[in-house]
Amino acid sequence: MRNPAPRIYFLGDEALVCESPPPATLEVQRRIWAVAARARGWDAVREVVPGMNNLTITFDALAADAAALAAALEAAWHEAGGAAQAAPEGREVEIPVSYGGAAGPDLAAVARHTGLAAADVAARHAAGVYTVFFLGFQPGFAYLGGLDAALRTPRRREPRLAVPAGSVGIGGEQTGIYPAQAPGGWQLIGRTALALFDPARNPPTLLMPGDRVRFVIESIGADLIEETHA
Amino acid sequence: MIEVLRAGLLTTVQDLGRPGLRHLGVATGGALDTLALEVGNRLVGNRHDAAGLEITFGPVALRFARATRVAITGTEFGATLGGKPVWSWWSLPVAAGEELVLTGAKRGMRAYVCVAGGIDVLPMLGSRSTDLAAGFGGLAGRALKDGDRLATGASFAAGGERASLAPGAPAFGVKAPALCSFVYPDEPHHRRGRHPDGVLWAVPVRVLRGPEYDSFTPAAQRAFWSDEWQVTPNSNRMGYRLEGTALAREARTDLLSHAVLPGTVQVPPNGQPIVLMSDAQTTGGYPKIGAVIRADLWKLAQVRLAAGVRFVEATPAVARHALQEERAYLRQIDTAIAMQNERHERLRARSAAAQGRGA
Repeated sequence: MRNPAPRIYFLGDEALVCESPPPATLEVQRRIWAVAARARGWDAVREVVPGMNNLTITFDALAADAAALAAALEAAWHEAGGAAQAAPEGREVEIPVSYGGAAGPDLAAVARHTGLAAADVAARHAAGVYTVFFLGFQPGFAYLGGLDAALRTPRRREPRLAVPAGSVGIGGEQTGIYPAQAPGGWQLIGRTALALFDPARNPPTLLMPGDRVRFVIESIGADLIEETHA
Repeated sequence: MIEVLRAGLLTTVQDLGRPGLRHLGVATGGALDTLALEVGNRLVGNRHDAAGLEITFGPVALRFARATRVAITGTEFGATLGGKPVWSWWSLPVAAGEELVLTGAKRGMRAYVCVAGGIDVLPMLGSRSTDLAAGFGGLAGRALKDGDRLATGASFAAGGERASLAPGAPAFGVKAPALCSFVYPDEPHHRRGRHPDGVLWAVPVRVLRGPEYDSFTPAAQRAFWSDEWQVTPNSNRMGYRLEGTALAREARTDLLSHAVLPGTVQVPPNGQPIVLMSDAQTTGGYPKIGAVIRADLWKLAQVRLAAGVRFVEATPAVARHALQEERAYLRQIDTAIAMQNERHERLRARSAAAQGRGA
């Protein structure tokens, strides 16, 4: 696969970033996971953190040869070229969701914005297969790729001070699940009872980069049922 | 067993954090002033990664059920033990039932209390550190409250149970890093104003240029290095939010989400920089104008709210040298403790011999 060389640069005295030129695609992201898997075994490397289209490694600045690590990153990037086409290695994870009602107070707003019936918003959201590009922001928060373009809805004008844990939301082109209660501006369409993060579990997160997520309609809010029967 | 008579506003259990989990969104966490925790643990014979208490606002009062040994490190906190004044960077014997009181920070921001054996809470994801944002680790994922009880553990270093560090051995002190020349960066001569309170100079913090440094305007770049930045009161364990000249960019290009780290200096659209600290989120999207070098992060963590900092441009070689100096300082502490032990053994042998002659 022909791909432009990545940009490799330092972030402070203990980290190197390997960044692919845009656009961000699933193919590039697969390559990033493949480089990440290699980098985890390198001496003096502490953290290997994929981002969107980029990968950051941190290292023990006194034990590591930073120039050698930069060269290793570049080499790993080229070696991982084939990984972009390889079959995905992640797991399939099903997430049961109660859509609408108290669990998804913004479902109606998403329906209005998209011009779809609320039940169709839920159905389309649950029909998609989403890929975990990377985790960040909060423990266990997965950045999911693959939202149906018809469901894109801007964030709320006024963010909520406390979004309940397990809330499933749409923010622009993204969809995701809040692992813990937090302030947030996404449109909340449902909620899951699954724990996305449990520090007593190993691994502590339900989702890992590369996993494929399916939302399963567990229940539908009363407002939705009325609408369907109308 | 330690009884927390008064917890203060923000006292948490911290060790050196939980590295290796940032790809899961889990912050490294841990003591903000890592050097203080490392020295404190050495002064009571603990493993370097044993947990201690990070104390931000006094007064804090602790009662020790059993005779033990404690060390206060970090900033001076107006401490008394059994009613008598004690100083930071000392290894102190504690009698059963004695109370340690820390009144309030004198110059810096945080003190650390290390106890022989370490604070024994259940490790979560490989660390005893409290992650306040995610609500786990430490004592039930929260700051200490009045009336809490803390167990002490067995996190002793190999050879840590040496005689000079036994509960009954005399107190002794080591040199605080603030008194060491390595803490002060070599820098070209600066003419700087004094603080509004007329006392403190802005604390120099060494910074490497960040990946998006060049995207800021020349005026913003100049201001970044030459201005004094005020630490705003809504700074916390997640980040130091600074206030000063608004830093503008040449072009407002959006960045894709990427990893951020303790020390990363990010600039949100309002132009006011934020230096991320131990408990910061793992990924972000703001441009990064710089990164505080690892060796200066603890110094920043000791800058008080409303005080000033200024940024001194560093090179990778300077950053590396600063870390080496910090390691050398810790080796000096180890040597000082070993010498104290020899002295203690010698005195004990002499007094035993004197007693033998007297019999």
